Amino acid sequence: MKKKVVSVLLAVLFCASIFTFAGCSSSGSGKDTIKIGFIGPLSGDAAIYGTSAKAGADLAVKEINAAGGINGKNIELIAYDSKGDQTEAINAYNRLRDQDQVVAVIGGVLSGETLAMKDIMVQDNMPVLSPTATAVDVTANAPNIFRACFLDDYQGVAAANFSTSNLSAKTAAVMICKGNPYSEGVSAAFEGAFTANGGTIADEESYSASDKDYSAQLTKIKELNPDVVFVPDYVQIVGPILQKAKEMGITAKFIGADGWDGVQTEYADAAQGNYFTNHYAADSPSETVQNFIKAYKAANSNKDPNSFAALGYDAVHTMAEAIKSAGSTDSKAIITALNNTNYTGVTGTLKFDSEGNPKDKEVTIIKIDGGQLKFETTIVNK
Amino acid sequence: MDKNKRKAYIINTISIISLYLVFFILIQTKVMNKYFMGIAIMTCIMIIMAMSLNIVAGFLGEMALGHAGFMAIGAYSSAYFSIALMDTGFPLPNIIVLILAMLVGGMVTGIMGFLIGTPTLRLRGDYLGIVTIGFSEIIRIFFINFEPTGGAAGLKGITKLVNFNNVYWITIVIIILMFTFGRSKQGRAIISIREDEIASEAAGIPTTRYKVLAFTVSSFFAGIGGALYAHYQAFVEPSKFGFMFSIEMFVIVVLGGLGSLTGSIVAAIVLTVLPEMLRGFAEYRLLVYSLALIVMMIFRPQGMLGRSEFSLTKFIDSLILRKDIKNSIDGGETR
Amino acid sequence: MDLFLQQLINGLNVGSIYALIAIGYTMVYGIIKLINFAHGEIMMFGAYFAFIFATSFGMPIWAVILVPMIIMALAGVAVEFIAYRPLRDAPRLSALITAIGVSLFLQNLALLIFKADPKVMPKLFPETIINLGGVEISSTTLVTIGLSLFFMVLLDLYIRKTKQGRAVRAVSEDKDAAILMGINVDRTISLTFAMGSALGALGGILYSVAYVQVFPTMGVMPGLKAFIAAVLGGIGIIPGAMLGGFIIGMVETMTKAYLSTTWADAIVYIILILVLLFKPTGILGKNTREKV
Repeated sequence: MKKKVVSVLLAVLFCASIFTFAGCSSSGSGKDTIKIGFIGPLSGDAAIYGTSAKAGADLAVKEINAAGGINGKNIELIAYDSKGDQTEAINAYNRLRDQDQVVAVIGGVLSGETLAMKDIMVQDNMPVLSPTATAVDVTANAPNIFRACFLDDYQGVAAANFSTSNLSAKTAAVMICKGNPYSEGVSAAFEGAFTANGGTIADEESYSASDKDYSAQLTKIKELNPDVVFVPDYVQIVGPILQKAKEMGITAKFIGADGWDGVQTEYADAAQGNYFTNHYAADSPSETVQNFIKAYKAANSNKDPNSFAALGYDAVHTMAEAIKSAGSTDSKAIITALNNTNYTGVTGTLKFDSEGNPKDKEVTIIKIDGGQLKFETTIVNK
Repeated sequence: MDKNKRKAYIINTISIISLYLVFFILIQTKVMNKYFMGIAIMTCIMIIMAMSLNIVAGFLGEMALGHAGFMAIGAYSSAYFSIALMDTGFPLPNIIVLILAMLVGGMVTGIMGFLIGTPTLRLRGDYLGIVTIGFSEIIRIFFINFEPTGGAAGLKGITKLVNFNNVYWITIVIIILMFTFGRSKQGRAIISIREDEIASEAAGIPTTRYKVLAFTVSSFFAGIGGALYAHYQAFVEPSKFGFMFSIEMFVIVVLGGLGSLTGSIVAAIVLTVLPEMLRGFAEYRLLVYSLALIVMMIFRPQGMLGRSEFSLTKFIDSLILRKDIKNSIDGGETR
Repeated sequence: MDLFLQQLINGLNVGSIYALIAIGYTMVYGIIKLINFAHGEIMMFGAYFAFIFATSFGMPIWAVILVPMIIMALAGVAVEFIAYRPLRDAPRLSALITAIGVSLFLQNLALLIFKADPKVMPKLFPETIINLGGVEISSTTLVTIGLSLFFMVLLDLYIRKTKQGRAVRAVSEDKDAAILMGINVDRTISLTFAMGSALGALGGILYSVAYVQVFPTMGVMPGLKAFIAAVLGGIGIIPGAMLGGFIIGMVETMTKAYLSTTWADAIVYIILILVLLFKPTGILGKNTREKV
């Protein structure tokens, strides 16, 4: 009898919670704001990128609203967590479109999640500006999707050019994360350019995103002893690889891509003396950059902005400009306005080509030195 | 008995239609937006998944911890089929494409279930559980490496064919099919194996054949669930079908009651809707969920409904005649 | 040849960790016939405690390893007492679901306390490379293999030579007969959980040192692999768990090195399924016939 009471209570609790939460979840907000959605990994392995991009975006929203908003209306940024998971990203996008009815989306932050959402976004003709999705396919055949960053093949080529001309490397090994379009795309471009420059790809190793043990692959790389090892992946994977490589005594220089941004804080030792391609350098003398860094530090308890924050910031400003010049929140008008963008921000001047990609952005090469990111050089591919 | 049966049919038909009408009105009046509709669709898919798992876990009483793998096969094969069919440009109405894709997904998965079940069902209990985990993981890794279906990046470009209208009726049909199967000669033979395998073998039931049958039927419906999932999300990726997803489905079946189809339905609804509603409390959501699981097991290990089915007819009777409501939950035949 | 030896050592490294974790699974299964899904989370919490002690309290290395082992031993006993003991006579399925529940609970507790982003485990052992006849081994690898072997031998001696060890063996052989012999079954089960959890915590610490990171879901995959190792070696048999652990580690590394990195996990599962189909009791298990 007692058990029966408990079970009935449990059932009642379940039902009660459904109705109470159903009640509170449907509360809407005021009508006089322009709602812009944000999708990115705010938790999980790639959380550092999502939270940085969002912090940059939040800063831009604050600045725009302080300056009077868009045509008198304030912007509201509604952010959802994709957890770096493609299915979660799709769910988040559906929620932004149906429940929050946003007029435009900033996101996704990662290439994989953006590609997963792409088909639905194109069907909806939603104005989308991804701050950081670098995979080539993101904007292909998608007139409504734009991005603020350079492309995977662009930075892969830049990394290869840097390796052959500045580091005079002859042989390279490449480590690829299987199933991660970002890692696969950058590596493919690197391999092509490196061979074209007269180098040889000595070894190509792969791993999956859930792997934690890279010793088998690194043992092989150590045996071949190439001049450079190219590992374009995210910090939470690159960090352990670098640490293991150091532990095993691999002396080759490791080269990475923009996913490395942040590696200097927790893996300073392991990353010492290695290089990666990035969107901007924090020690650049430009006034726009220094003002952004000052404002960002003030808003984020003195934390340094990484390039994802800078791109998130630029993306929101670009989108706001487009909505302002469109004069309405109609998606077609916003997309037309985005096509005519000419905005100079922290990461350089942003103009879109017919595909929705930025035209002729320069790639900054960063060196990790004593836990700091140091500007090394800039590369513009021919 | 015959009169009661007719009464049960009428009452169930009326309630199914009126439930649909309620949803229809809610959608028409925009009370239920696309977001809630999405949850409702997901709930229907989870009902199908939980019920199909219940055939092996509840009716047959075997631990099957690899249901996500079967769902993956159904999702991928049906999506691959529908993409190919759409590419031929043959003018078919969407609903026909969906039904064909579902059948393909179900058949392929059913065949895989048969192939996997035949050798493995010699094992029992925990060992069977482990082998099903193993197979499900192998299926997932296969799809990670299989380039024709997009590899680890997932399969894109699936046409979204599932909407609330069609998934509601498909779910109703599948629920009826499952109940029919459960009460059929085969269904009862499978239950008898659960009760006592040696005794049922002695009674002339070819136990191995019926075990494989249960496994095949279960995977057939799992494949259909997978097909619906693929054509709702318009995107499938291997990492969705991991070990934890199998566990999640198993938990639904156990909480509803092993062997109770209505229990599975109720638990699938509660456990799909509840997490969505608790999104604002996302951090505590799974903590509460897991605690509820432990408490439930300690105080009511047989699940919400145990092995019995909830009968709407008897429930209404008890409301009118003020009989003990307990009667509406019985272990018997009527629904 | 050197390359092969080097890969062999990589396999030993990960295998010894799997073996440590597998022991906990096998002992618990041997004694109460329960797949303790929460074991992977015990391992994860062990790693978190080591991380906290190493970064914020500046303890000496031996304490960073031993104190979490003791804490997790107590935690293991507590989990058994709160969640599993009330269900000891319930159907095995209920106990299994409870184990899944405990596993989810601990995982989400860790998520709530420590957040999802991985913490970087400090290097506990000095970083040098030791050259053994052409094969280079890092000190971390050497310590990992050495420590695991040391504790495995210790456990084996304890189980075989002491009175409590004999009690553990007796209870897993026949619980009712053990009661008749005057063995305190409850206490013996608690002891089993304590030992298994301590070794699991050690496995977690070594795993996080070797693979650098500590995060809430870190116990899931090694836990599953270790469990497979236990089944492979013959569940309930302690040497079997060790053997299974080393086999799984070796197979995984060799597949990654010579066949394919992405199929490595699948090959582990295929071996498991083949073993179970042809010898369901595992490599070291005895065949028993089901009685009518």
